[in-house]
This record gives sequence, structure tokens and C-alpha cells, in this order.
Amino acid sequence: MNFFTVFRKEMQEQWRTYRFLIVAAVLAAFGLASPLLAKFTPEMLKAIPGVPPELLAAIPAPTLADAIAQYVKNMSQFGILLALLMTMGVVVQEKERGTAAFFLTRPVSRETFLLAKFAALTVSLIISLVLAAAGCWYYTLVLFSTHLAWWPFLALNGLMLLVFLVYMALALLASALAHTNGIAVGLAFVVLVLIGGIGALPAIGDYFPGRLFSWGTTLMMGGNATAWPALGISLGIIILALLVACLVFHRQEI
Amino acid sequence: MSSTEKKRYKEQTVSSVHVEALKKYYGAVHALDGLNLDVEAGTIFGFLGPNGAGKTTTLRILTGLARPTSGKAQVAGVDILRGGGNLSRHIGHLPEEPAFYPWMTPPEFLDYLGRLYGLSSGERTARIKELLTLVRMEDVSRRRIAGFSRGMRQRLGVAAAILHHPEVLFLDEPASALDPAGRKEVLDLIGNLRGQCTVIMSTHILADVERVCDVIGIINKGRMLVQSPRQELLEHYAIPAFEVEADDHDALARWAENLRRLPWVAAVAPRNGAIRITVRDVQTAKRELLALAVHSGLSLNRFEEVRPSLEDVFLQLVGLENVA
Repeated sequence: MNFFTVFRKEMQEQWRTYRFLIVAAVLAAFGLASPLLAKFTPEMLKAIPGVPPELLAAIPAPTLADAIAQYVKNMSQFGILLALLMTMGVVVQEKERGTAAFFLTRPVSRETFLLAKFAALTVSLIISLVLAAAGCWYYTLVLFSTHLAWWPFLALNGLMLLVFLVYMALALLASALAHTNGIAVGLAFVVLVLIGGIGALPAIGDYFPGRLFSWGTTLMMGGNATAWPALGISLGIIILALLVACLVFHRQEI
Repeated sequence: MSSTEKKRYKEQTVSSVHVEALKKYYGAVHALDGLNLDVEAGTIFGFLGPNGAGKTTTLRILTGLARPTSGKAQVAGVDILRGGGNLSRHIGHLPEEPAFYPWMTPPEFLDYLGRLYGLSSGERTARIKELLTLVRMEDVSRRRIAGFSRGMRQRLGVAAAILHHPEVLFLDEPASALDPAGRKEVLDLIGNLRGQCTVIMSTHILADVERVCDVIGIINKGRMLVQSPRQELLEHYAIPAFEVEADDHDALARWAENLRRLPWVAAVAPRNGAIRITVRDVQTAKRELLALAVHSGLSLNRFEEVRPSLEDVFLQLVGLENVA
């Protein structure tokens, strides 16, 4: 019911409140900066006075792998952070401001209210990631005189997007559950610590969303290792989080 | 169908809002404790009660924002417990503090609502123009809502609430936080809706109710104390009293003290520079009181039978309830 009307308003809101521009600018900047950092970090180290010559000699010449590793590192940090920051307040702030009460007495179902927000945030994130990937691809071509393989690079970005969506779906659930912005921030932080912390454990980590970053990197390096369980679990978390968010919000008194 | 059922059916078909034994408990707090309410179509209903009486809770339930613990409620023929999405097309709602998206302009905001209600582009354009004129916002239509005053927000809220010509309009304290000019504007807007839709207006400001409402319901501690047309309510709770005002206050006081001995006088009390005489027998008082004043040589400025205000009725009802 009215999904596209609400989705359109959400997209307008992200544009008019500069949220989309900020997210796109930050991700695009780190996408661009990744090959730059990989290429010029050794040069910068050499420029620092007093660095022992032995250490300078030990620094290897920058390679394409360094550019990719830097890209994955930057995106995994800032992409997740932005996904949480973009999402954790979207429902609870409307509850606090009173706009949720004002609009939920209109022909807008609560599910539409939530899912249109998620869809709009996803579109914003996809566009931002495309800009970041394009920047990374172009600067890699310029600085390393080689272009990144299309399909593995596309797969890497697709897998990264999936990880971001996991955090976004969980942050949306936190936002739907919470009655104050502070609680939503706290819950989002717990999500970050739990997924990051448990995902770092050797055996269990293979089933956690973070494993998708290393799968993407492996694909870029021409490796064959896969992480299908992590992919399935990530999709499952997204669907489950959205489902629970809808159920909770449907029953909630605004 | 039994006679009771027939009576109930008849009541429901002429009522825009029908509420039966509505309860809402928050743990030990009984926000609503068996509320009954019937509002006929086309009336402006003043839902009056002190703070915390259950007015907002009732409106939140009737607009689908909260669920009752038990009881029944129908709004515009829609059962609020089963109606779901249908309810929103029949009602308009103005919360106590209407909230908007601050980055929108008034036409953008109304256009968004119009789209939600499925109005065509032409309908939206015409209706938005009409409403902005009605709430006197044509000259600020290019400004963002972020910079609007409370009164402007309230007027925009009224426009938003009536955009789709709702059958029932719920207004929660629509003028409570406004200055006198803003209050007059909003109350005039509400008054102009008479006959176009059923308006249920909650407030604790008695003057607002006296100004625009046809029917008044007084709620306290989650229960409806009385529901009646305004004039009937005032007549029913009329206070059998007279007020006398004279130039010589001392002489007036001495005269009033002597009245206490009369069997048909219940009480004598000073009130705003005058003397209020509450009587047991109004007819006798009408015959004898003025004559007694004239014979005592008082130079009277005023002699009148007290017309009860809604405030008197309200305090009488709520006061009794709170003592009980």
C-alpha cells in the first residue's frame, strides 16, 4: 500500500537533508583513496626523516593486491559505520518527533513505513558504493596501469553490499524496537560488537558476514575459496531482521 | 433481533463514533476504565477532561495508534480492532503537537499526503490551493516548515487533517498551546467544519469547548461522567443562585448576612466584589430577593440570576468524582 509514494519521499528526504551526499562523498573518497594509499604509502614512509634504511629496504613495492586490500579494508570499516549511522535513527527519530504517529493514521501500513525506508537506504548505499568502486577502479588503472577484472570486482562489491545490508537490517530492527534514539544507538553498537567480535573467532567466523570480505578479496586474487554458508547466513539475517522489525513495529503502540 | 439489539443497531448506524466499555490498562494504571461514548454524525463533540483523564488515550485508540485492553469501538462504521488500513481513509487526525518533515514546504507536504490518499494530480493541485487559502498560508507556501511557528504548524496540521474530506476528524488539544490570536484562528477553522464532518475535539480548555462544540462529554479517571448537548448540560447543572452588586459594600454584606436566616436561602458568599446567594427555592427567590434588596435601601449596580458556566459544571462534576 503506497510503497512507491513513501519510497519516493524517503529518497527525496535523503537528498534534501544531504544524507545521501554525505554517504556518497565519504564512500567515494575512500574508494578513490584506496589505490592512492597503496601506491604512495611506501613513498611517504621514505620521505619521513630518520627511518632506518633497513626498514625502507624491507618495504615491498606496491602491487595491485595492496590496492585491493586497502579498498576492502576502507570499505569494511567505513561502509559498515555508515550503514549503521544511516539506519539506526530512521524509525526511532520519527517516533520521537511524532511524525510516525502523524503518518501512521494515514493510508500507510507499518510494514510499508519500514520497508520503504530500508529500500531507499539500500538504493543510496548502492549508488555510493558504485561511485566508490568506480573511483577505485579508475585510480587503480591510472596508478598501477592495469584494470581490475570486471566480474571479480563486481562480485567483491556485491558481497560487500550484502554485509552492509546485514548491518542496515539489524540497525533498522534496533530502531524499530527502541523508544529513544539513545537506546537505538546502544543496540546498534551491540550489533557491531557482537557481529565483529564473534566473526573474528576462527571456527565460527567462517559463518559470519565478515567472511564475505575475504571471499571477495580471494576472488580478486584469482583464488577459488568460497564462503557460501556465510552468504546464506547473511541473507538469512537480513530477511529475519526485517521480518522481526515488521512484526514488532506492527504490534507497537506509537 | 431482540429489542435491545435493535436499539443498539440503531444507535450504531446514526453514530459516527461508538465506543462501548473501552478499557486501557498500563500495568496498574487504568488510563481508560470502561469508557462509553456515542457521537452523532455531523456534530462537533468537545471531549473535556482534566490532564490525565484519558482523552489522548481515547483518541490514540480511536485512530489506531494504540490497542485497547478490552471493549469495542467503531469509527465511521469501521471496527477499529478489525478495520486495519480501512480506518485511515475515513478519519483525519491532528495530534496535540503535529509533526512534519521540516525539509518540506507546505504544498510539498500536502501533496505527499494527497498521494497517500490516492488523489489524482489535478485533485491534489486544486485541493492544496483551496486548503492553503483556507488556513491562510498562501504567502508562506515557498518556505520550509522548519521555520514555522507553533500556530502555523497547527494551521497546517488542520489542513493536513481535512485534506481528504474525512468523515470523522480527531483533534487532540488543537488550540491549547496557541496564543489568543492563534486560538481564534484554529477554533474558527474548526467551527467552519460544522456539518461537513464529525469533529471530536479533546481539550482541557473550557472556553474553547463553549465556543465551538455542540455536544460535550466530560471524562475523568478514564470514565465518561456525562455526555450531553451543551445547552442541556448547562441547564441540567444550573446553579440555583443570584448575584447582587452594590456601591456600598458594607451595607451589602450586612444585608446578605440577614438573608442567611431565611429558609429558602442555602448559602451566602462574596464573589468578585459581589455577593452570591445560593437558594433552595428559585421561584421564591425570584419573587422576594429583589424586593428585600430594594426595601433595605441598597443602591444596586447589578442583580442577576447566575447563568452557570461550563467551568462551574465541569468543576461540579469532576470535583464530585475526585471526592468520591
